[in-house]
Amino acid sequence: MAERRIRVLVGKPGLDGHDRGAKIIARAFRDAGFEVIYTGLHQTPEQIVSAAIQEDVDLVALSILSGAHNTLLPAVREIMKEKDASDIVLMAGGVIPEDDIPGLKAAGIAEVFTPGTSTETIVGWVRDNITPHA
Amino acid sequence: MTLAERVLDGDIRAAARLMRDIDDRFKSAIEELKTLYPHTGNAYIIGITGPPGAGKSTLVDQIVSAYRKKDLLVGVVAIDPTSPFSGGAILGDRIRMNRHADDAGVFIRSLATRGALGGLSRSTTDVVNVMDAMGMDVVVIETVGVGQDEVDIVSTAHTTVVVMVPGLGDDIQAIKAGILEIGDVFVVNKADREGADRTARELTTMLEMKHPDPAGWAPRVLQTEGARGVGIDALVEEFDAHHVYLKESGALQRLIEERNVKLFTDTLREELFETVFGAIKSNGQYQEILAGMRDKSTDPYSAVQKVMAGRAFS
Repeated sequence: MAERRIRVLVGKPGLDGHDRGAKIIARAFRDAGFEVIYTGLHQTPEQIVSAAIQEDVDLVALSILSGAHNTLLPAVREIMKEKDASDIVLMAGGVIPEDDIPGLKAAGIAEVFTPGTSTETIVGWVRDNITPHA
Repeated sequence: MTLAERVLDGDIRAAARLMRDIDDRFKSAIEELKTLYPHTGNAYIIGITGPPGAGKSTLVDQIVSAYRKKDLLVGVVAIDPTSPFSGGAILGDRIRMNRHADDAGVFIRSLATRGALGGLSRSTTDVVNVMDAMGMDVVVIETVGVGQDEVDIVSTAHTTVVVMVPGLGDDIQAIKAGILEIGDVFVVNKADREGADRTARELTTMLEMKHPDPAGWAPRVLQTEGARGVGIDALVEEFDAHHVYLKESGALQRLIEERNVKLFTDTLREELFETVFGAIKSNGQYQEILAGMRDKSTDPYSAVQKVMAGRAFS
């Protein structure tokens, strides 16, 4: 049987123009052998979920530095549920206060990485937690 | 329901999954493609090729908008390179097309080349067939950024569009063989830049050097500014004109025939290789051959002849 390649969507939701972090993550995922669909800046939750479905990704990794994480991340998760795509894992990274993380996890965000996390840690988390769709 | 039945039923997730099964070369995908094959052949397929940074993705975005205004369903297959080192890829063509992401009349799929050298991925034709079976009226294929010799798009698309930009080289570049021979339509994009008229003129001169066939299609050079949407209506009119020409001249039938030949021979080649290679690996012959090549007691040419002689073909 042929082998599944992990596919990840990396993008930035909302009004947030800082994409350096997202690009570094995209690059680290590429070097880890994943196929990264990079959708860039200013994505609405609807656009992110539609793209994730069309691209059949295993994981959506969103970078968010705007402070709107408590709104945008659960919104993405909600739309995934509406579109029958809850099997796609949602992960986030960015300037997110520790106090907000439990609430985000309760809303279905699988993991949240904060500044200072090494790319090795993040790639390792993906390898440990993402099983490509059968 | 099987994946293929769900695709025919309009299930987007099933279509996306089947495309992945095709790309990952799952055996099950072959069964699904069998079911879809009778439902293909209705989509008009446009191939967009040209060097990296010429503005292909931005043009595709504009072409999608133009067809959506005509209420047609549009599929996009966008190809970007796979890393030769890690096997990973960054597929970034969607960035230019995001405004279509939540339009239910558009389906965009990014593919990595995964080692294929002709500007497409091995899965491209089959992924296009899935979009065709989904009922897309138009499928636009954007090749990986190409240099001079990646011409697989010709046998995959009905209309091949070569996108150039000003300032890439002098007119000698334009008379070399390769991608400049394959265009049905030529586009000088970023036409607001200095040298656009000159590039268009050089391309036109190059095209006029071909022996004119009065009954044939004479490719024209159009100028566009993808980012501002300038020249897109004229471009789409040119596609329509070429499509009409293909149908009326009988060239479409020839193209379809060529595409069938390619799809069949590619499938046969892969299946034969997998079968024979799998067999000699499991019966130990492969390891023997490698050992023989190491101590020069055999050579690859005799080894292949011996493998083939053991089968019924020769």
